[in-house]
Amino acid sequence: MADQEEVTGTSRVKRGMADMLKVGVIMDVVNAEQAKIAEDAGAVAVMALERVPADIRAQGGVARMSDPDMIDEIINSVSVPVMAKARIGHFAEAQILQSLGVDYIDESEVLTPADYANHIDKSLFTVPFVCGATNLGEALRRLTEGAAMIRSKGEAGTGDVSNAVTHMRRIRGDIARLTSMSPDELYVAAKELQASFDLVAEVARLGRLPVVLFTAGGIATPADAAMMMQLGADGVFVGSGIFKSGDPVRRAQAVVQATLNFDNPDVVAKVSRGLGDAMVGINVADIPVAHRLEDRGW
Amino acid sequence: MTVSPLIGVLALQGDIKEHELALTAVGARTSRVRTEAELAQVDGLVIPGGESTTMSNLAIRMNLIDPLRAASKAGLPMYGSCAGMIMLAAHVTDARPDQQSIGGLDVTVRRNAFGRQVDSFEIDLDISVVGPKPFRAVFIRAPLVESVDSGVEVLSTLQRGGAAGTIVAVRQGVRLATSFHPELTGDTRIHELFVEIVRQHS
Repeated sequence: MADQEEVTGTSRVKRGMADMLKVGVIMDVVNAEQAKIAEDAGAVAVMALERVPADIRAQGGVARMSDPDMIDEIINSVSVPVMAKARIGHFAEAQILQSLGVDYIDESEVLTPADYANHIDKSLFTVPFVCGATNLGEALRRLTEGAAMIRSKGEAGTGDVSNAVTHMRRIRGDIARLTSMSPDELYVAAKELQASFDLVAEVARLGRLPVVLFTAGGIATPADAAMMMQLGADGVFVGSGIFKSGDPVRRAQAVVQATLNFDNPDVVAKVSRGLGDAMVGINVADIPVAHRLEDRGW
Repeated sequence: MTVSPLIGVLALQGDIKEHELALTAVGARTSRVRTEAELAQVDGLVIPGGESTTMSNLAIRMNLIDPLRAASKAGLPMYGSCAGMIMLAAHVTDARPDQQSIGGLDVTVRRNAFGRQVDSFEIDLDISVVGPKPFRAVFIRAPLVESVDSGVEVLSTLQRGGAAGTIVAVRQGVRLATSFHPELTGDTRIHELFVEIVRQHS
């Protein structure tokens, strides 16, 4: 007779949830109406938040976890999974989000950090977490804290894909270097990456992260999504790119199609037609360093 | 059949790679299916885990839902895990009204039957058709089988909180479905069973 004892919140259950999102697009939504548009367009999950990154950037002020009423409303409006953001290090916000029943928490640099030294101890939670990373060391530190999914950070709210590209290439490049090292070199690699040796050795053996790797931060067009998938992303987060554009319905569908058919330029070309205006966007290079979100996270 | 069977994995969304690895481990050849032409090549089809709402939506948009239904009617062996089970079920309760399935499995399935992600779990199951050793099963926002028509064989049930057994694995002829994800645990016995079904069918 099998051991009929069910266990929740295991690493396999948390990481497995992210596996189910692969080749999918996760869209930022600020209300039930947008959530429905995203789901209808084929989004694999929605990220509930009060202000998309472009508005946080424009309006300034402290950006925090969303109102529970608003998260409830979105949870009740769609059948796909609902994610929500907590501030970096703000474990009480994460406790609230878990209590609300969100399916994934994004400990996100898009919100104003609550702790400039420590991230949330994500291993204490039943709900899984996704975290941003700009390089492999940062990704592995988040995994040690209990994250079950990683996304390259990019630069949220810009519509400029360049940082997403930089971060994805850096993570993949860091992994490629590990796979070419002899075992005795991995100790120093762990030191330099400021990451746990066991994880570094595992990544060297697998040739990839032991969790799903999405991309985020600046994806605004079907071509952006197709490029990031070709660079090795398992899926795509689109924040401001959909609902800050001229025709969110068509653009949402087009980004979903481009993510699925990333290796078929004929399809990406077809879905790129007649989408209306993309979000206006800001060049990352024009943003003062102090206002860049990629540097939040340690 | 002397050559190993070619098993397609429906590659619209979800954990496609994990199924490919499990199938390869038990000696099958695999190919990804996104078009009607690709579907026509395969000896059997796996519908992976993922989001059933999204998968159904994409199958419609990619003009694949009718070919999939036709293949199912024509008797192509199919195995669905989690979202794949929902796609194969003849009836789905509490789905979006526009959710479309492939059909072929005469069961009624309830989506997200165990709750939200915080309620996802793993557990050992008895599945005697794959041997006496308990099967470690991972349930992620999983569906359950509410009822089965005659002709559907129940392969495993889950005992929860004193309730009668909840059906979590079924077979009907060349159709196989599980609420859980054998592709995530490295235990390949369910995939072995499916490949055997495909071999015998060919």
